[in-house]
Amino acid sequence: MEKLDIKAFLDQDEKKDLLRLLTAGSVDDGKSTLIGRLLFDSKKLYEDQLDALERDTKRYGNAGDNIDYALLLDGLKAEREQGITIDVAYRYFSTNRRKFIIADTPGHEQYTRNMITGGSTANLAVILVDARMGVITQTRRHTFLVSLLGIKHVVLAVNKMDLVDYREEVFSRIAEDYRQFAAPLDIPDIVCIPLSALKGDNVVEHSENMPWYTGKPLLEFLETVHIGSDKNFEDFRYPVQYVLRPNLDFRGFSSTVASGIIRKGDEVVALPSMKRSRVKAIVTADGDLDYAFPPQAVTLTLEDEIDISRGEMLVHPDNLPMISRTFEAMLVWMDEKRMDPEERFFIKQTTNLSRVKIEKIRYKVNVNTMEQSPAEALELNEIARVVFTTDKPLFFDPYKKNKSTGAFILIDPITNNTSAVGMIIDKVEMKDMQELEVPEIHLSRLGIGEEHYEAIERVIHDLDRQGISVKLMKD
Amino acid sequence: MIPEYKLSHLRELEAESIHIIREVAAEFENPVMLYSIGKDSSVMVRLAEKAFYPGKVPFPLMHIDSKWKFKEMIEFRDKYARENHWDLIVESNMKAFHEGVGPFTHGSKVHTDLMKTQALLNALDKYKFDAAFGGARRDEEKSRAKERIFSFRDKFHQWDPKNQRPELWNIYNARIHKGESIRVFPLSNWTELDIWQYIRMENIPIVPLYFAKERPVVEIDGNLIMPDDDRLPEQYRDKIQMKKVRFRTLGCWPLTGAVESDADTIEKIVEEMMTTTKSERTTRVIDFDQDASMEQKKREGYF
Repeated sequence: MEKLDIKAFLDQDEKKDLLRLLTAGSVDDGKSTLIGRLLFDSKKLYEDQLDALERDTKRYGNAGDNIDYALLLDGLKAEREQGITIDVAYRYFSTNRRKFIIADTPGHEQYTRNMITGGSTANLAVILVDARMGVITQTRRHTFLVSLLGIKHVVLAVNKMDLVDYREEVFSRIAEDYRQFAAPLDIPDIVCIPLSALKGDNVVEHSENMPWYTGKPLLEFLETVHIGSDKNFEDFRYPVQYVLRPNLDFRGFSSTVASGIIRKGDEVVALPSMKRSRVKAIVTADGDLDYAFPPQAVTLTLEDEIDISRGEMLVHPDNLPMISRTFEAMLVWMDEKRMDPEERFFIKQTTNLSRVKIEKIRYKVNVNTMEQSPAEALELNEIARVVFTTDKPLFFDPYKKNKSTGAFILIDPITNNTSAVGMIIDKVEMKDMQELEVPEIHLSRLGIGEEHYEAIERVIHDLDRQGISVKLMKD
Repeated sequence: MIPEYKLSHLRELEAESIHIIREVAAEFENPVMLYSIGKDSSVMVRLAEKAFYPGKVPFPLMHIDSKWKFKEMIEFRDKYARENHWDLIVESNMKAFHEGVGPFTHGSKVHTDLMKTQALLNALDKYKFDAAFGGARRDEEKSRAKERIFSFRDKFHQWDPKNQRPELWNIYNARIHKGESIRVFPLSNWTELDIWQYIRMENIPIVPLYFAKERPVVEIDGNLIMPDDDRLPEQYRDKIQMKKVRFRTLGCWPLTGAVESDADTIEKIVEEMMTTTKSERTTRVIDFDQDASMEQKKREGYF
């Protein structure tokens, strides 16, 4: 590594931003080799890790005389013996322009769960295909999952170009196939790059073997892709995480800004109480702020003493989230234990915890063909559109609009495992819920006169807005 | 001017860690922060102080003292805890200590197991902690790269790498049964360089052993060991020499190798790190056992 002016380096380095990326591909696509090369070529591998590598390669290597970059990555004993990556592993590297966190996830079918896990925080996904194979079922599956997670940038890395003589027409056909397939999937930014991870073509440097490719090599693309506007800065959502009361004079509501911008002096409303106040201060250990934005972790104090607990939410009064006990979501089943549709799971959404009932599985989706079919219950790695009712109202937005408030997990009340994860599509009106059991009030049987009906109906309507449904029976 | 709503990577990591720390304080009954006195711990402790500012951190610090730590570490620990108003718990395996267990007589494996792993497990049981923060980073070591931020442990404190709970977004599953616990790693996504940069940016105090200075050292099995008390075996005593060294990690003095260095400021340490060729854990003698040794230790309950 060249000699650095260390102070300048540190001052510059402090200001870099962070890109989180997901890599997906099958055992044979050369994914681990690609990541190994990114790490290696960005000069972040220390010499003694290379020493360990040489030792390891003799024992397990399967890349002939080349250094087996994949061995740098596979951490756990069992998977080394199997020669495949079996879980999500996180890798870190850095260039002069950016810091990167890679979630390295496996591609084979039984581990869709892990790809979903690795991808939830990713800004970008690198999906690998073998240039000899082109777009295969697995590529479609990965792309579907990426779109489900709302990842806005996808790089299709067409790997092993060296094995197809670096021919442009091979790449062009694959890129075209892929764009056609991905068009309906709502991924705003798709880039295709021809490369060879093993030989290093178009990974860091432009490949001399493919002069016909005029786009950026992979690393340069990763360094420059604009992710700043991917976050939701429109809708202020502040799910209270922790109430801070160090003394009688200070009552602060600590949390991470989930979305939107909050300014000192802004009027806010607390959900579900609907009580209003103004932001007195945005407190941090480094001094008060004039404004805060996601994902800053701050503490808000308010002008008025209002009671707010963990799980409740502060928002701007003119921009409310959905407030409902019933909603539908895309659900990914993550548990080896089959779904018991009668089970009352815990749901955790933002900092809110409630019990939840599965009302209906509208359909499940075949991740390979995207075909829909009916289902009674879900198995590991199955994805379905499901309707839920919670015990208390949740405050949420559609996941597509707001990842922070549209995402949730389901927890098995017996094993405490994280059984499923979901992405909210929309609320469901109570009246659409044919099967929902709601308490009934027989007004005449209770001896209530007709003159009170209108007042009672108003109360029932109010309750309904708060997610509590009651059925009125007039005769 | 329109403000730019963008955080640097360090501020983003800081915010993520504070979120994790607050989540644990909110969801668990009896959390504890494990404190190793190292640089990562120092950062973690600072993040906890920030998370609850202007309040006091609502959980204690706990140090597992193997009775072989550098004296400067212990002094630093006591001073830091006192000045920053932390509740500090110190626990040791006194039974093994009285039986004379130590790295020179029993080897690094037995010593680490009894004085660190067992001492930790006993302490967790004694106070019935349901969540324990640790300062481990995923970039430190291969098996850590796969561990969740909320890492579930069964009644016997064991980790099952094949049966980890899915962990998505920033929604952490904190539900456990009685007797089970969660290890929480708020620094999971930090790298060694991030740690040093943050220490520099925030002026976080660290143990002076990290900075180069003339110190007495003796070469044992290729490592430069600094004898810190009179328990250095006879045969090494006349081989002690003065060298300008520093420590890249801190632990038990017979198991922690020094490196020759002139780096006596954080800038010089970072410069040395960027241009040097040894990754940090190689100066920790316990890692030399076997390839998958850390995974084995973690399954058994070591941090």
